[in-house]
Amino acid sequence: MSELTLGGRTVQATSDRPNTLTSGHRACQGCGEALGARCVIDAAHKAVNGKIAVVNATGCLEVFSCAYPENSWGVPWLHSLFGNAAAAATGVAAAMRLSGREDVRVIAQGGDGGTVDIGMGTLSGMFERNDDVLYVCYDNQAYMNTGVQRSGATLALARTATTLPNGSYMGSDRKTGKFMPQIAMAHEIPYTATASISNIPDLEEKIEKAINIRGAKYVHVHVPCPLGWGYPPSETIKIARLAVRSGLFPLFEAEYGKVVKSLPIDEIVPAEAYLKPQRRFAHLFGKNVPRDEADFLQNIADSNIRKYGLKSGGIQND
Amino acid sequence: MLYQSEGSQAIAKAVALCRPKVICAYPITPQTHIVEKAGELVRSGQLDGCEFINVESEMAALSVAIGAQSAGVRSYTATSSQGVLYMAEAVYNASGMELPIVMTLGNRAVGAPINIWNDHSDAMAVKDAGWIMLFAETNQEAVDLHIQAFKIAETVKSPVMVCVDGFILTHAYDRIDMPSQDEVDAFLPPYNPETYLDTHDPVAMGAMVSPEYFTEVRYLAHLRKKDSLEVIRRIGNEFAKQFGRDSGGLLHEYNTENAETIIVAMGSMVGTIKDLTDELNAEGEKFGVLSIASYRPFPAAAVAESLKNAEKIIVVEKAFALGVGGILSAEIRLALNGGAVVTVVAGLGGRNITKQMLRECFLSKTDEETVFLGLKRDVISREYRPNC
Amino acid sequence: MIKPFATVLGAHTSLENKTGSWRTMRPEYVSRIPPCNVACPAGENVQLWLSLAKEKKFFEAWKVMVKDNPFPAVMGRVCYHTCEKVCNRTQFDGAVNINLIERSVGDLAIFGRWSFEKVQSESGKRVLIVGSGPSGLSAAYFLRMAGHDVIICEEHLKSGGMMRYGVPRYRLPTSVLDAEIKRIEALGVKIICGKKIRDLRDEVGNFDAVYIAVGAGIATKHDAEVREGSDVTDAIDLFRKLEDEAIGPSYAGKKVVVCGGGNTAIDSARTALRLGATNVKIVYRRTFNHMSAHETEIKEALEEGVEILCLRNVSVVGKDSVLIDKMNYDEESGVLSKSNETEVLEADGVIFAVGQKVEDSAFWEIDGIKFSEDGTIEIDKNMMTAAGGIFAGGDAVPGKRTVTHAIGHGKKAAKFIDAYLRGIKCAPAPKNEVVNFKKLNTDYYKKTAAAGNFSDPEICFSQAEIVVESSRCFSCGNCFHCDNCLGYCPDNAIIKHPDGSLEINYDYCKGCGICAAECPCGSIKMVPEDRSE
Repeated sequence: MSELTLGGRTVQATSDRPNTLTSGHRACQGCGEALGARCVIDAAHKAVNGKIAVVNATGCLEVFSCAYPENSWGVPWLHSLFGNAAAAATGVAAAMRLSGREDVRVIAQGGDGGTVDIGMGTLSGMFERNDDVLYVCYDNQAYMNTGVQRSGATLALARTATTLPNGSYMGSDRKTGKFMPQIAMAHEIPYTATASISNIPDLEEKIEKAINIRGAKYVHVHVPCPLGWGYPPSETIKIARLAVRSGLFPLFEAEYGKVVKSLPIDEIVPAEAYLKPQRRFAHLFGKNVPRDEADFLQNIADSNIRKYGLKSGGIQND
Repeated sequence: MLYQSEGSQAIAKAVALCRPKVICAYPITPQTHIVEKAGELVRSGQLDGCEFINVESEMAALSVAIGAQSAGVRSYTATSSQGVLYMAEAVYNASGMELPIVMTLGNRAVGAPINIWNDHSDAMAVKDAGWIMLFAETNQEAVDLHIQAFKIAETVKSPVMVCVDGFILTHAYDRIDMPSQDEVDAFLPPYNPETYLDTHDPVAMGAMVSPEYFTEVRYLAHLRKKDSLEVIRRIGNEFAKQFGRDSGGLLHEYNTENAETIIVAMGSMVGTIKDLTDELNAEGEKFGVLSIASYRPFPAAAVAESLKNAEKIIVVEKAFALGVGGILSAEIRLALNGGAVVTVVAGLGGRNITKQMLRECFLSKTDEETVFLGLKRDVISREYRPNC
Repeated sequence: MIKPFATVLGAHTSLENKTGSWRTMRPEYVSRIPPCNVACPAGENVQLWLSLAKEKKFFEAWKVMVKDNPFPAVMGRVCYHTCEKVCNRTQFDGAVNINLIERSVGDLAIFGRWSFEKVQSESGKRVLIVGSGPSGLSAAYFLRMAGHDVIICEEHLKSGGMMRYGVPRYRLPTSVLDAEIKRIEALGVKIICGKKIRDLRDEVGNFDAVYIAVGAGIATKHDAEVREGSDVTDAIDLFRKLEDEAIGPSYAGKKVVVCGGGNTAIDSARTALRLGATNVKIVYRRTFNHMSAHETEIKEALEEGVEILCLRNVSVVGKDSVLIDKMNYDEESGVLSKSNETEVLEADGVIFAVGQKVEDSAFWEIDGIKFSEDGTIEIDKNMMTAAGGIFAGGDAVPGKRTVTHAIGHGKKAAKFIDAYLRGIKCAPAPKNEVVNFKKLNTDYYKKTAAAGNFSDPEICFSQAEIVVESSRCFSCGNCFHCDNCLGYCPDNAIIKHPDGSLEINYDYCKGCGICAAECPCGSIKMVPEDRSE
């Protein structure tokens, strides 16, 4: 976790990294998704010598990276619709296979809305057929492109434009947020992983592993959004790191539906350390917040820590 | 090769002759027999180098085709009714991206109330999605139009929808003259995409366009769509020359030259209408029939030319806009720059269209603008209670 | 590839969109000063030599050390390492053991007979240095490196000043001192020992500049009454005898009382123990907190069995005992006064270590030189006395009296003397911001215990240990090429050149500040964007 440097060990630290998502894109200052997408696609690009094609769901990433006349991508890239990235990627993968280009690996990517909500049907289909696609979800836990509305992945009690806390209503319903990695695992696909932009070496390792597996792969990347979560743009990495350290975003890998490895947290912090710097949780720290509300997210964190063995040595089954 | 075949199976065979690489589908009545047969052809090795992908929805079906076509291979899918509505977003997307996908639409009513039988409501629901829409009168035409469809699509870079009446054609057994593989190969060259996902020249497809250029993008697409009228006509002629069947093109005229009344229609009911007008003309009437083969783009000039001497125009259509009236009729009126057009709404939700019903209707002296063929008036008068 | 208008775009066309225009704050790479550097009286670039040591470049590290200090092996033993006190790592998991690394590298240099670089060109100017203590030798070294001819006159029999006659041998072995002085001599610095200059006027005419570095070599007189037959000495004398006399003093079997509260008192007490004393007591006038001796020195003395008695003063020294006045000390007013109580301590040896004064009689006749009341020589900001061309430093001028300060003085004086000789003005060094702990992002450092806390001057780190301990340096304020800025920039606005150097591409930098926030060592600064032009 607290690797001293990126230097020397990562694609992101090389002077000739591909910059598959190059400068000039229109992401907000400090955008976690822009960073996450570049890290992911760069790592994949490096792992398979540039033989990749990318399908992108509608959303922030698509809008800020490719609007006439400016395209930030340096890889073949297709944007079709919001909810069909996984299916379109299935088509691309089939086309590659059927036109003698099996070496071209296909990645589909989208935000949490395009993945866990509107795109979940096509994604589930892609998993179930074990199509040769790596699907990457950049999870910023709300519909940011449309102005921060709640998504199925929105963390419990978070304030969004459609879950404004009001009186006894404390923000997004007390659900854990739809955690797609577990849904992916239920399909028993060859590989599922979670990753954080606060740990690029780990993220790159997982992408490199995933892109070299044939069949359906799913990587869920946690990407904080300064605008939607309400923290200064400079704090993106810090927030991402706190999510991991609090246990609210567990880092693990699963094969065929079973967790095979998790990354232990070397310094567990209370959930509050992660939540408090974000305006979307500010109402949880005001006066007269019921105790069970205040503890709810800590309980989720504790449960993750137990479930994925994040204390001690993590899970090491491989 | 002449043989007896169910329409759906013949269509699947015709599609196979066009050597698509990806066929994907989600089952919906009455399209099912087409994709069942296509799957069988792929799995039995008769359609080499093609994958049949079972997907979880129509949205996925067209999306897989969009992906495959974007990556540079010939793709095909089929659907009906609710299916084309479920994939409606992708229908618009495929045309906006200029992807030459071919899709069969086994025409069926759109619910509610749910109804699995034939009419043209589904086609009318996506008429402005930017696809080329061809209507087949017979199963032979359905076969021939699919072969032409790939060539048209790839020539003008537009998706093409071949509309085939559900059950009436898809499930009917007919005598089919199925071209040979060599003949189709001679007619339809291998797909050579000009724009596709390529690691050697990576492009981004599907960029966002702001208000500054959106109008231009749409206008260019409009121009190209209009240009494709000529391509559809030309490829129809090429087909006729090679195969000896005049089953393509923009319009099919039948006895229109000296007709006093011209019946305009699309799809399988044209056959019934032709039979009826033959009978009526033998009785001394002067009826002609104009069948619209290319509904989109709409051949307005050719329609106007064809109808210019008619004293009476009756449009028989299997769909209508609630609270408005006939859909095709409105377009005919527009093509004629006004003028009296009688709309006959017929065959909704699979209601039979018999010659007797049409005969009464065509000969009727009523001045009603819109006639609902076979409407059970007793039911209406019993059930109708004005809201106001 | 045919690209339909607007909907299909070529690769990387967004480079046309210069998002740098969004910026309100701009990141800049800066070299901030690490606290160790600020705290070092000799101004050593500790961080730089640690970074080289980390890479096993010990010779290069040593070369950096001797840019500021010609005595790494000596300093690695006698310096009170103020650097470690302020090391940002103390707020994390314990300071980097800088002192021991310096000692270890310094010893590698002695062992490997590494020598200084050759003098580049001779200036033809002659400089006289009075005194061969740390300040004089340091000045000599820097002046010689600058091409000047340097002669040192030393009144004692051996060179080294307080390094030899003030620091006890258990803290600094003679071999180490000799080796580092010899290395300076090898540059061509002439040291004339046993030559006391009685009147500087006799010499000034032969030189272009003079540096007075005579130190503070006279023990301050104590006011105790000394009875006949008692064994009384002062610390200065004790250490001189130990160095110069064939059979030095001995406290075998004796009970010793040391009077004083500074480092010299501690040194004296610990030396007495090593000379055979069975019992050593330090008596000090004020309270414990006021003792000026270095904390670790006191701790080590206590560990060795030295007793410290505060609020006491030696009043009468007898043959077997001393009479002690108990003192009152008012913390608020700072007034020290005798109480009416006295006590008697057994003692057959007494050492006074109550302060040192400058022996400045040789300079009384020089026009213009001014002296403070305590006898130190007054100097200006360029370390020059009011007599042109005559400079002074080290313990002979007001200020802190440690070897490290003296070496720093020597370096500074050499700079001013060189400027004086060349007739140029010495530009003041740029004042960079100091990096405090808050400016660091310690998420990128792993907690490790500091290695080694060796008081034995013979013990050093192995080369492997040097590497491990040097790697603990945070590199406060200076980029160590972790590439976090490069990796974390969402806008690819950091360019990494093939040589590893980094540059901010202001065409695209949106000024989010992630690079500055994630810079572990605080070497990126966000400054307001000036768009007035």
